[in-house]
Amino acid sequence: MSIDLSQFHQVFFEESIEGLDIMESALMELDVAEVDHEIINSIFRAAHSIKGGSATFGFKSVSDFTHDLETILDQVRDGRRNISKNDIDIFLQSVDCMREMISLLQAGEDGSTESTVELQKQFARMLENEQSEVPGQNAEEQTQQAEAQDCLATIKFVPNKEILQTGNDVVRMFLELQEFAEIVDIKCNTALPAFSEFNPEECFLSWELVVRSDRKENEILSCFEWVSDDALIEYVPQTSTTGASPSDAIAAQGLSSEGSTTESLSSNSVDVAQAKTLAEKEKQEKPKARAATGNKTTASESGSIRVGIDKIDNLINMVGELVITQSMLGQLGTDFEVNQLPKLVEGLGQLEQNTRELQESVMRIRMLPISFTFSRFPRMVRDLSQKLGKNAHLEMHGEQTELDKTVMEKIGDPLVHLVRNAVDHGIEMPADRLAQGKNETGTVTLNAYHQSGNVVIEIADDGKGLDRDMLVSKAVDKGVINQNEADLLSDEQVFDLIFHPGFSTAKEISDVSGRGVGMDVVKKNIQALNGAVELKSEKGAGSTITIRLPLTLAILDGQLVRVGGNIYIFPLVSIVESMQYKEGQVNEIAGGCNVFRLRDDYVPIVELHRAFGVHCDEQENALMVVVESDGEKVGIVVDELLAQQQVVIKSLEQNYRRVDGVSGATILGDGTVALILDIPGIVKLAGENFKAGQAFIASRKQNDLHQQQAVG
Amino acid sequence: MAKILAVDDSASMRQMVSFTLKGAGHDVTEAADGVEALSVAKTQGGFDLVISDINMPNMDGITLIKELRQLASFKFTPILMLTTESGAEKKGEGKAAGATGWIVKPFNPDQLLATVGKVL
Amino acid sequence: MQVQGSNSASTTVGNAATQIEIEGQAGDSNDQYLTFIMADEEYGVDILCVQEIRGWESATPLPNAPTHIKGVINLRGTIVPIIDLRQCFGLEAIEYTAVTVVIVLKVKTEEGSRIMGMVVDAVSDVYALAQSEMRSAPDLGNAVNTDFIKGLVNVNDRMVILLDIDKLLTLDDVKSISKLTADMVSEAKS
Repeated sequence: MSIDLSQFHQVFFEESIEGLDIMESALMELDVAEVDHEIINSIFRAAHSIKGGSATFGFKSVSDFTHDLETILDQVRDGRRNISKNDIDIFLQSVDCMREMISLLQAGEDGSTESTVELQKQFARMLENEQSEVPGQNAEEQTQQAEAQDCLATIKFVPNKEILQTGNDVVRMFLELQEFAEIVDIKCNTALPAFSEFNPEECFLSWELVVRSDRKENEILSCFEWVSDDALIEYVPQTSTTGASPSDAIAAQGLSSEGSTTESLSSNSVDVAQAKTLAEKEKQEKPKARAATGNKTTASESGSIRVGIDKIDNLINMVGELVITQSMLGQLGTDFEVNQLPKLVEGLGQLEQNTRELQESVMRIRMLPISFTFSRFPRMVRDLSQKLGKNAHLEMHGEQTELDKTVMEKIGDPLVHLVRNAVDHGIEMPADRLAQGKNETGTVTLNAYHQSGNVVIEIADDGKGLDRDMLVSKAVDKGVINQNEADLLSDEQVFDLIFHPGFSTAKEISDVSGRGVGMDVVKKNIQALNGAVELKSEKGAGSTITIRLPLTLAILDGQLVRVGGNIYIFPLVSIVESMQYKEGQVNEIAGGCNVFRLRDDYVPIVELHRAFGVHCDEQENALMVVVESDGEKVGIVVDELLAQQQVVIKSLEQNYRRVDGVSGATILGDGTVALILDIPGIVKLAGENFKAGQAFIASRKQNDLHQQQAVG
Repeated sequence: MAKILAVDDSASMRQMVSFTLKGAGHDVTEAADGVEALSVAKTQGGFDLVISDINMPNMDGITLIKELRQLASFKFTPILMLTTESGAEKKGEGKAAGATGWIVKPFNPDQLLATVGKVL
Repeated sequence: MQVQGSNSASTTVGNAATQIEIEGQAGDSNDQYLTFIMADEEYGVDILCVQEIRGWESATPLPNAPTHIKGVINLRGTIVPIIDLRQCFGLEAIEYTAVTVVIVLKVKTEEGSRIMGMVVDAVSDVYALAQSEMRSAPDLGNAVNTDFIKGLVNVNDRMVILLDIDKLLTLDDVKSISKLTADMVSEAKS
C-alpha cells in the first residue's frame, strides 16, 4: 500500500508553528527559581508533537533536532535536571531555529541551518553525562541477537486474570505467533475457581506451547510484547538433539514454575494498583493547569479565523429571530389594511432591532483578543533588554480585550516600534536607575481596554521620560520649528514633535530603534486605521503613549451632511459640535483663510465646497461642523446636516485609488454612493491657506497672552 | 471494516492515521484530545478499536484509557496508544490504565495497518 | 489497496493546464474583441475583460478628480469608478442620454484585479481576430505614449483600434488621442 504522506505536510507545518508559539510563550513564563510543572509539560508536549510529526513525515533534520531537545526537556520534566536561565536562552534559540527549519522545509529545502548545528552541539554538551548508560543496553541487545538456528522451544504463558480487560485476546496472539513459528503442541490448563467466585470477565486459563522456529527468541515473543507485564511468559529453548521428548520437558518445567506463578501474579497486581493511584493523582492535577495553557494558541496570519461556538450559536439565534420577524411582516403584507399600520410599524421596529443585533454578532466574529498581538512582546522585551544591557520587565493587562482582526494585524508593527522605543529610549541603564533611586529593573506596561466604542492601548514605561529642552533644541536644529514658535508651545505640543517626520530623539541611531521607521510612520499608520495617538511624559518618571482605535474598520458611526447636490459623511467621533455659520464671527485674514471666533478660541475654517471643488447653496444658511484633527479644532462649512447613521465602509482603493480628503465610501439606503470624509486629508487640501490661518491664530493667542500679562 | 476512534492533538498525525485507516476500508472518527474522545465514545459507542496519543492537552491518553475502561461498551475494546521510543515508562503507565498495546512513533502507514491487524 | 495521493493528482491537473496554454499560443487561435464606437472611430477590447454592459446611471463625483473620471457607482455592493473614454482621449464631451453605454471591465494590475466602468458612445460588434491580422501601432516617437494600443486591425475596410485595457486604465491621462488616432489612421492607410 502506498500513501502519499506529503498531503499532510502543510498541516504539520501549521501545527508546528503553532506549537512553537506555545513553546515560546511558555518559556517566557517559566520561572527558573520555581519551575511550574505544567509549563514544562506544555513545552515538552509541543516539542514532542513536532518530533513525532517530523519523524513520521521524514523530516530528519527536524526530528533529530527535536529528539535531543525532547530528551533534555524530558529530564527537566522528571525533575532529573535543573533548568538555568542560560538553558532557557538555549531553548528560545531552539524555537527560533525550529521556525527557520520549518520555513526551509516549507520552501522544499532541507531544514538544517548553521544554528541547528550549533545548538545540537549545545544539546550534546548538556546531555554528555547521560551518555554512559546507553552502550550497556546496546551490548545486551547484541548478545540476544547472537542466538538463532531452527529449534524447538517451550513457551509457557500464564496470563493474569485481568488480561481480558485490557482488550487483549489470547487467540489473536497465538494466531500472530504462527506467523513466526510453527506451533507443534498446545496444552491448555484451567484453574477455574468455585462457581460462586467465577467471574466471566476474568481469565482462568494458562497455556503451554511447543513451537518450532528459526527466529530469535525476542522475535517470537514479540507477539506477547503488549502483555509482557500482565502475564508470566517463559521461553525455554530445546536443542532437538537432546534425548528428552518435548512433553517431558514441559512437564518438568510446568511443575517447577507452578509455585512462582501465583507469586508473580500478586506482585504484578500490586504494581498495577500503585500505578493506578499515581496516575489518578496526576489526573486530578492536570486538567486545571492544562486549561490555562490550552487557550494560548496563536492564530497564523492566514485568512482563516477561529470562532468560539458561543458566537456562532448566538448568530444562529439572531437569524432565527430575523426569520420570525420576516414571516410576520410577510403575512402582514399579503392583505394589508390601513388599520394594521401600528402593527407594521412595530414589525419594522423589530426588524431594525434584529438587524442591529445581527450586525453586532457578525462583527463579534471578527473580534479576537489582543493577546494575539501582545504575545510577541515578552520575548521581545527580554531579548532587547539583554542586548542593551538593561533590566526591563514587561507587564501586560487586558490581554482579553477584543479587537477586529484587520485592525489587529495593522496595529502590530506600530506597537512593536513603540515597545521597542520604550525599552531603548525610555528605560535607563541599571546604574543610572539606581543613581536616581529607582528600582534597577525598569517596567514597561502594556494595557488594553474598551472605552466608549474604542479600543485603547497604552504603552507606558517608568524610564527617563521626554526632555522638553532637548526636543525643542533638536526641532529648532532640524528646522521643524523656529525659536519663537518653540517658546509658545505647550508641553503637549513639544512632545507631539516626535511624531514629526524625520525627527529622531536618539542621540545615535541604534540597531534597535533606528530602523528607518520613525514615530511619524507610527502615527500615520494609526491614523490610517481611523485611530489617534497621544503622548504624555514626565521627565525622570517615564512616558505613556495612548492609542485609540475603532473596534472595527468595517462600520462607522457617521453624520451625513449635504454640500450642494452631494452627500458626505463625517465620522461621528471626530465631531466636536456644529453651529450656524455667521458671517459676523468670521475674520478673513491674509492668505485667504477664514478664521472663526468660537467663544474664547479661534478656529480655522475650511469650506468643503472649495476644498472639493463642488457647487454649494447660498452661504446664508450654511452650517459649520467643528471637528478635531490632530488635536486641533477645525471648522468645516457645509450646507446642511442630515441624519446620523451607521455606515458600512467600502474601499475606494480596491477599484480606484486613494482620493485626498476621502477615507472611503459607503452605500446609502437608496443604493447611491456617498463619500466618507478624511478630516486630516481635507485640512491638507485646504493647504497653504490653512497654514496662514493657523499662524494667525498663534499670533492672536500670543497677543491675548501679552494683554493678559499687561493687565495682570 | 471496523469502526475506529483516532485520538491525537496533532492534526497532521491524526489526519495521517485517519487517512490510512480509511484507505484500508475502516470507518474512522477523529478526536483532538481525551475530553473530545470521551464524549464521542459516550455518545456514539460501538467502536471496534481506539487509537490514542499519550501526550495531549485537556485530557491525556492515559486518563482517557482509564475513563474508557470504565464504560461498559469499552471494557474489552482494544485500545492502542501512540508512543515514542523514549516512552518506556509511559507504556507501563498505559498498560496499567488498561491499554491493549502500543504503536511506536514514528511509524509509516504500513506499520500502522500491520499493528491494527493484530487486534482486529 | 489503491490510495492515490492528492498531491500527485493535482500535479497532473497542473500539467494539463500548462499544455492547454501552450497550445493556445502556438495555434494562433482567434481572440474575440468587443468593439464600440466613439466619435466615428471603432475601438476594440478583449472580450474576456468585459464583465457586463449597462446603461448610464449617475455617479457620485469624486473631489478634485480629473474630468474624465465621472465618479463612482454602486455595482452590487462594490464601489466602481466610471471613466468617460471620450474625455480620457481628449475628444469633445457629449451629453449622456438614456442610450449612453457603460462597459464594465475587469483589468489586471500589479495588486490584483480592478473593476472599472467605461462610458462610450455605443457598442458595435464582436469580432474574432487572429493575432496575425493585427498590425502593431505605428511608432509616433517618444512624445506620444502608445503603450495602451495593442494594435490595429482592418475589418471590412474599417480600421479598428484594439486597446490594451490593462495599460490604458492605469494611465492617468491620455492626451489628445483624437490627433493621435488621426495620425495613426492616416499612417496606416498610407
